[in-house]
Amino acid sequence: MQPDSREVYHDGVVKRLVQFSILWAVVGMFVGVYLSAELIWPGLDFGQFWLSFGRIRPLHTNGIIFGFGVSALMATAFYSVQRTSNVPLFMPRLAWICCYGWQVVVLFGGLSLLAGWTSTKEYAELEWPFDIAITVLWVCFAVVFFGTIATRRIKSIYVSNWFYGGLIIVIAMLHIVNNLAIPVTYNKSYSLYAGAQDAIVQWWYGHNAVGFLLTGGFLGMVYYFLPKQANQPIWSYRLSVVSFWAFTYTYIWAGPHHLHYSAIPEWVQSLGMAMSLILLAPSWATMINGIMTVSKAWKKLTVDPALKFIVLALAFYGLATFEGPMMAIRSVNIVSHFTDWTIGHVHSGALGWNAMITYGTFYFMVPRMMGRELYSVRLANIHFWLALAGTMLYILAMWGAGVSQGLLWLSIDELGEVSYSFTDIMASMVPYYGLRLVGGLVFLSGTILMAYNLLRTMYGRHTVMVHPPEVIDELKGTRHNPDAVMGAPAANGTEVPA
Amino acid sequence: MKYHGVTLHRKLENNMGLLIFGILFVSAIGGLVQVLPSIFQDSLRQATDNSHLYTAVELTGRDVYIQEGCHVCHTQQVRPLLAEVERYGPFSRADEFVYDRPFLWGSKRTGPDLHRLGGKYSDDWHRVHLLDPRSVVSNSIMPAYPWLEENMATDMGDIQKKMRALQTLGHPYTDEDIAAAPEEIAGLTEMDVLIVYLQILGTGLSEEQR
Repeated sequence: MQPDSREVYHDGVVKRLVQFSILWAVVGMFVGVYLSAELIWPGLDFGQFWLSFGRIRPLHTNGIIFGFGVSALMATAFYSVQRTSNVPLFMPRLAWICCYGWQVVVLFGGLSLLAGWTSTKEYAELEWPFDIAITVLWVCFAVVFFGTIATRRIKSIYVSNWFYGGLIIVIAMLHIVNNLAIPVTYNKSYSLYAGAQDAIVQWWYGHNAVGFLLTGGFLGMVYYFLPKQANQPIWSYRLSVVSFWAFTYTYIWAGPHHLHYSAIPEWVQSLGMAMSLILLAPSWATMINGIMTVSKAWKKLTVDPALKFIVLALAFYGLATFEGPMMAIRSVNIVSHFTDWTIGHVHSGALGWNAMITYGTFYFMVPRMMGRELYSVRLANIHFWLALAGTMLYILAMWGAGVSQGLLWLSIDELGEVSYSFTDIMASMVPYYGLRLVGGLVFLSGTILMAYNLLRTMYGRHTVMVHPPEVIDELKGTRHNPDAVMGAPAANGTEVPA
Repeated sequence: MKYHGVTLHRKLENNMGLLIFGILFVSAIGGLVQVLPSIFQDSLRQATDNSHLYTAVELTGRDVYIQEGCHVCHTQQVRPLLAEVERYGPFSRADEFVYDRPFLWGSKRTGPDLHRLGGKYSDDWHRVHLLDPRSVVSNSIMPAYPWLEENMATDMGDIQKKMRALQTLGHPYTDEDIAAAPEEIAGLTEMDVLIVYLQILGTGLSEEQR
């Protein structure tokens, strides 16, 4: 079926989601900076319960993951699924409900965390009314996304959609199972699982929220935006598909490495460790595939801020997915567990990988959607270096803090007693925490620059009307999506900025 | 045979329903093999001499601990390592946690582990420490919790509803326990109940296992 000439891609909702994502990025990172300052100057909460570390730390993680991260995932999924299916979004009104509904959940969910409503489970802290709202909105997201694919005009489903699809399906499964609880009042519930079993279920969820949301979903971004921006086909389509299945199968097993030396069965820990090591293979396969894709377009890397962010993100993806399996080894985990090393590892993923690739896609999409060039390439380049410097300072500080904590905690003197008191070790962290604060501030200032740059680019313009291109008969049956893989210039109606 | 994988791939990439099913199936295997058996493992869920059923006051104190996010900086999981047993006490056993909904093992030790905290300090020490941590631990970076003295334990939600919910989940509360609960927490502040909870932490472990 050929597209109707009046059909246009629904980019308004994409633009709005990008704006919300930027908003939550700034808010979430600001809260993070504030938290890191509280660890140096504990009086910064001014005796206010809602500024207390234990309440705003979940606000930081949830704001970043669900506000910044999921809004960006919805934006890029909606943008790319239309263009890889050659059809406008299925049920665009539902997409708008999804967009605004999600922001309401993030806003009120965040406030509820400040009020002390929490189920305590990491990245699933929100209490049961929010869990239900998230489930409903997630189904809306799934209907729009899979509906668009179901009405596609290209025979095969392009690989970026496999990753977004994996995100939607697996997160739904994890979210529902992990949050099963008996509600007591509107703000309190008791988990269906207790003790060690609760721990196993939670880290099956927690690790795979990282796996399928912060990794799988963002790999969907890689597979659409990297070939487009590099103007090169994916180096090996076969490798992308093989690593998709290996990734989807293996990731799920790795959760128990969060529970090494705890009171869960040892075979569960060992299996989690083994699978974590195996996970290195699909992770690096994807990274290599991405780097090889850009290898014929290195020159573009010197002038194109979007591509710079995407390629740097892949490098940090490689770093974090190497570090993770290493930390999952029991003998390494003895040192790293419960320390700031874990925090550093999370941020080499969250800052270096998730935020960077998201920034890359924003610098890609916004000029195209607005039909004008980026307000300032110079500002985007400054942002790039601030983001890189901030991330490096952050993770270097946390490596220093984490390794010294781990070793000092375990240090035993010749009498068989612990060498250092806990509080002395804790107090010696101030220089590292100071460096981390600087790193966070640098990263945040880069994000604010981007917010200004992109808002100036969007200012006073509507999104350009983009019609789905006509499908040429001989392309209908091909495996590879012509738009995404060949890196063809965007469809009629858009001026691709040089 | 050689082309088997390729044909399956062609089917998946052209059939959305099949692709969705494939993702669900492949991602579910790990949970079914690794997580599900643990859910049915009796040694992880059955009460023993080491298990302690929280009283109404302790349960409310635990909910204060949760509300303030103490678990964000404190673990409740002593690992079976020499240095940890030296520093904190006996390592944590699974049967000590069978009444913990949710589990509070934590993932980050910004402050020390608390699983064997019970009985190590006096109630007064805890009160002063929670109101002004640096007055008793000079280099502490813990926040102060002045509002705990002002809020009443009854503000933490209907204690009888909570105990009934836990009863449904198999916690052996008697109807008398539940009937007496409101009176037990009446007049106590959030600070009072939190300290009661802190003082029983890790004390359930039977003598022969210490």
